[in-house]
Amino acid sequence: MTELASAPTPTASAPAGSRVVLDSLTRVYGRTRALDGFSLTIEPGELVALLGPSGCGKTTALRCLAGFEVPDAGRVLVDGVDVAHVSAQKRDMGMVFQSYSLFPNMNVLNNVAFGLRMRGVHAAARKAKAVELLELVGLADQAAKYPHQMSGGQQQRVALARALAIEPRVLLLDEPLSALDAKVRLELREQIRALQQRLAITTVFVTHDQEEALSMADRVCVMSHGQAEQIAVPAVLYAQPSTAFVAEFVGVSSRVPVSRSGEGVVVFDAAVPVRGGIAGVPAGDLDALLRPEDLVVDADPAGLGVVTHVSFLGGTTRLHVGVAGATVKVDVRSSEAHTWPPGERVRLRVTSRDVLVSPRRTSAVAVEE
Amino acid sequence: MASLTVEALEDLAADPAPRRRRRRPRVWRGLILFAAAAYFILPIFAALRFAFQNDSNQFSLYAVRAIPSQVGFTAAFVLSLKLAFSTLVLTLLLMVPTTIYVHLRLPRMRRVLEFITILPIVIPPIVLILGVLRAAPLWLKSSPYLLSLVYVVLSMPFVYRSIDSGLSAIDLRTLVEASRSLGGNWVKTMWRVVMPNLRAGLLSASVLTLALVLGEFTMASLDLWTTLPVWIAQFQQVDAHIATAVAMLSLVGTWLLITVIVSLDRSESRRSRRRMGQ
Repeated sequence: MTELASAPTPTASAPAGSRVVLDSLTRVYGRTRALDGFSLTIEPGELVALLGPSGCGKTTALRCLAGFEVPDAGRVLVDGVDVAHVSAQKRDMGMVFQSYSLFPNMNVLNNVAFGLRMRGVHAAARKAKAVELLELVGLADQAAKYPHQMSGGQQQRVALARALAIEPRVLLLDEPLSALDAKVRLELREQIRALQQRLAITTVFVTHDQEEALSMADRVCVMSHGQAEQIAVPAVLYAQPSTAFVAEFVGVSSRVPVSRSGEGVVVFDAAVPVRGGIAGVPAGDLDALLRPEDLVVDADPAGLGVVTHVSFLGGTTRLHVGVAGATVKVDVRSSEAHTWPPGERVRLRVTSRDVLVSPRRTSAVAVEE
Repeated sequence: MASLTVEALEDLAADPAPRRRRRRPRVWRGLILFAAAAYFILPIFAALRFAFQNDSNQFSLYAVRAIPSQVGFTAAFVLSLKLAFSTLVLTLLLMVPTTIYVHLRLPRMRRVLEFITILPIVIPPIVLILGVLRAAPLWLKSSPYLLSLVYVVLSMPFVYRSIDSGLSAIDLRTLVEASRSLGGNWVKTMWRVVMPNLRAGLLSASVLTLALVLGEFTMASLDLWTTLPVWIAQFQQVDAHIATAVAMLSLVGTWLLITVIVSLDRSESRRSRRRMGQ
């Protein structure tokens, strides 16, 4: 892959990003509410990832923004103008699709120039612009090829160039990396982010891959059941998930039954404050949601926990500890992992300042996404 | 290539006995192919021989030479061509947008549409034409283009399947959405994106429709229009050699027409390749 550093600087006419507001969007299919009052504001030049499991409404939200779906209620504001009922062709939004969407009957150059042709740009000007964009994605030497002669990664880079050629107000990426193999995915991820930052283009990126979302986005919007669960910068989203769903969907969490104690809860025989205070916590039994790195493990023959399984992850090793009917995951340095073989009795301690709690499930299990 | 290599290696490794056994299917394949070819070629050969004979069973070109001067031939020929092309245009105008719309917006209706398009095969042509003649308004009954409308129905099974398989071979929804997001309206999207990628399906639909219309006899005969097949059937009573010669020329003409259409498609592909080389 050609390094981005060798690519030319984009034209001075490259657009400044637009401000996008999705305001209380609702979209209903039969009995399913794909979007249920979904709201999100994206600042100019920002990359926001819509992250969530299948069926959470992230693609529907993107399609409402692109103009392929008309919301049943709510507004789609781009720079303050409601475009909810404007057709897709008039929205000036570049989109890269999950499946390879290059036109098979056109070569790479014509694919990239297609949007300019639709806008009536003169042949020479659109060719020059298409070549410039192909240089930007490092594929200028592939201009004469047809899509079927290219790899998946190359096709998606051409699709990106094609979307950028029209100088869109907003760039929409609908899981563009999901069909690619891991190495290409990583390379293209970095390239997309670098281009997006260089062009300062407002971008919405839909993905179900949390690693992609956390590594690329300025902010991540975690969605569930057609609503935004939490919108935050990646570090906050990971360290301070506001709901049990976010804690379990983003990163690894273990559910541990806890009991109330004053302003906090008792976790492994120690009182720990509840994140956000105990006042807002519903009545009833509670589980604490604990990250593997927020726990430490001590050898203790009288401890309540038993190491049941050990997973080597490289620099760290994950211990699966059975305690009080739950399985708790704890990360330790791999160089020390031999201290805790399966069957070893251990004691667990929480090291974080506070813990997130949630109403107890009938069976407390660890969730890994 | 890889499979050929593997096959060759297996052949080398195998002992002579299995190799002999392996040859048997090839012999059978050849025999079956020969029988099938004979089934199609023998009647054509017999008809050709008859067309180039005179009443004394000697080789003669009189039947071919006499064709243009026969009463009603030119009119029947021109009528068949008019019906063929009007049917083709009507069929494509009706079926292409319908099939694309169903693929894009009503995918659940594909089975229903499939069923509807099979009906002309299930319903005997005589039932269809009698129903049409009873229901059609007088002004339409007096026009040969009523046949075009009926032929549109007759060609639906073939045309729908050709276009449907062409659309299934591409990611239609994504291509259409990509075009629209880039500023293409529906007409430009259809013309520049969908149609070029549907070329093989459209070509197949066109060839099948033309072949069907140029050979259709029952409906034209019952609607009392003398198309080429009807003229041939009628002229058998006058001169069987000339009628057979016309049938043979009709067959050759249809092949030529199909060849021209396929050639046009190939030359378009070549132009595309040349553009790619630039």
